[in-house]
Amino acid sequence: MPVAKTIQVIGHRTINAVWRIGMATRFFALTLVYSGNGFRRFRLITKELFSTGVMSLIIIIVAGLFVGMVLGLQGYETLKRYGSESALGVMVALGLVRELGPVVAALLFASRAGSAMTAEIGLMKATEQIDAMELMAINPIARIIAPRFWAGVISMPLLAAMFSAAGIFGGYFVGVVQIGVDEGSFWSQMQAAVDFKHDILNGVLKSFVFGVVVTAIALFEGYDAPPTAEGVSRATTRTVVTSSLAILMLDFVLTAMMFGGSE
Amino acid sequence: MTFHRGKLIAIMGSSGCGKTTLLRHIGGALKPTKGSVKVDGKIMHELDQDGLYEMRRKMGMLFQFGALFTDMSVYDNVAFQMREHTDLPEELIHDLVMMKLHAVGLRGTHNLMPSELSGGMARRVALARTVALDPMLIMYDEPFAGLDPISLTVVGDLIRRLNDALGATSVIVTHDVQESLKIVDYVYFMAGGVIVAEGTPDEIRASDKEFVHQFVHGEIDGPVPFHYPGGDYRQDLNLRA
Amino acid sequence: MERSKLDLWVGMFVVAGIAALVMLAMKVGNLSTYNVSETYQVQAFFSNVGGLKPKASIRSAGVLVGRVTGISLDTERYEAKVTMSLDKRYQFPRDTIANIQTAGLLGEQYIGLAPGGDSEMLKAGEQIKKTQSAMVLEDLIGKFIYSKADATAQ
Repeated sequence: MPVAKTIQVIGHRTINAVWRIGMATRFFALTLVYSGNGFRRFRLITKELFSTGVMSLIIIIVAGLFVGMVLGLQGYETLKRYGSESALGVMVALGLVRELGPVVAALLFASRAGSAMTAEIGLMKATEQIDAMELMAINPIARIIAPRFWAGVISMPLLAAMFSAAGIFGGYFVGVVQIGVDEGSFWSQMQAAVDFKHDILNGVLKSFVFGVVVTAIALFEGYDAPPTAEGVSRATTRTVVTSSLAILMLDFVLTAMMFGGSE
Repeated sequence: MTFHRGKLIAIMGSSGCGKTTLLRHIGGALKPTKGSVKVDGKIMHELDQDGLYEMRRKMGMLFQFGALFTDMSVYDNVAFQMREHTDLPEELIHDLVMMKLHAVGLRGTHNLMPSELSGGMARRVALARTVALDPMLIMYDEPFAGLDPISLTVVGDLIRRLNDALGATSVIVTHDVQESLKIVDYVYFMAGGVIVAEGTPDEIRASDKEFVHQFVHGEIDGPVPFHYPGGDYRQDLNLRA
Repeated sequence: MERSKLDLWVGMFVVAGIAALVMLAMKVGNLSTYNVSETYQVQAFFSNVGGLKPKASIRSAGVLVGRVTGISLDTERYEAKVTMSLDKRYQFPRDTIANIQTAGLLGEQYIGLAPGGDSEMLKAGEQIKKTQSAMVLEDLIGKFIYSKADATAQ
């Protein structure tokens, strides 16, 4: 009976998915519950900030610079047709602060820091380091997971801001320095159009949400990975795929909530 | 089975017979479906999280490949539990760490990372970390696996000496018969999740039980068959009988 | 990695991130013109606000003096009620005229304030009496066509 078989497969997959979501939720809740330890000993978070934040700096700034330069070039080509090159600053700044900054920075963060986190936790599990810690009467979620989670959540908005800043500089470089758009109108129109609350704070809020989601996915995948070489490598791939999809879908939802409908 | 204070006990058996599972039960990492594990008079699986962690502070466990924390130096690995569980000042921790590392003969490695150590050295550092808080019960999961003969003797000797120095109870899970028979006080044999034989090393060596004899002397066929149970050989080869 | 070195890097990272945020807020965004000075609120009624939106700028002699904070329909007069918050540094006479203007032919709409000659100044919560509504491009074109048609008919 192929139909019955198919339905059985669907049922099996659904049960698995629900079970995994339950596990992930429980894991996330435990991470929050055991976060107190990390904040009492901030050094643990500092150490992780280095590997998540500082190590992602170069890729974020370089990527931001180039994305901004491309925005500058493409924006100029398009705006030139309507004779409104002076709005180039607005276009570059709004594009980066609202969308590209949080989203692209989060995607890069997922593939740079997220995958590293999954691999690290997965390996710790495979080499019994997590079991060892558990048997030393130290809660691995409090000691290993929670500091990494908060380091990710703290660094994501900072990285997104740096991405946007680098991008605006890239757009400025191409638009003003190279092409010769008027510098005054570039900055003043930008300032007139970009609203602090509506655009910048919403962008920061977005990147904060992405930080929570990416770090939680990366840590869960690592913690949940089968303790084998193959299991860890598959978990790493899943981290990048799942968190990228989650970023893009959440971005739509957040954009609709923040910018859609109003005005 | 019972493990008495101050004794060094080995649990032997072929791969997959439930030895590591037994250790996890003692550590309270698994809940038994039947029976119970009592440590120091307390039933492990009935303890709550705090009680369990309280008990685990009195235990140490050496994992198969050491399970050193790869993101910390040797020094920080040994100091880890002291920092987490005690409020000792850093100078005192320094002295304690150096004493523990000296006991395993690796005081000079305190600045190295675990990836810079050889397998035998990593095992010895892990041993120093295991006894960092002077536990009353030390568990060893395959402490001899994958070691060269010199490291093997060194680790075996260390296990014996640390046990006597600390007055602790040690449980070794292993299938290295010759090395463990040299150092332990008592042996349990397990097969398929149950105890099949027990005795002191001398009794074991002299044992005439088939299983023990096969295991101690490493014979190919015996009560533990060479062939995994399967269908009829001729049928598998598509031969007509 | 030594602790002090690690601390230095992390410190630099956090400072750079906050600096980027501040730069976005001040240089890219309009925080520098936001809450820097105190404001006072005045109202004005317009028969038609056209495409005026909240947060549109209010200018006098081309200088930014405030922002539109709210637009609503007053159901007693059936006119648009526009709330403006003006910079405390700038005081205007009571007979100031507010008119809705457009930056360029198709640009953003803003409110222009043309000060009158009254010696008393507008106070917070008061109302600007003299207003001039938005010029709606369609109406202008309509008027133009009618006048042309009239001219040809005569």
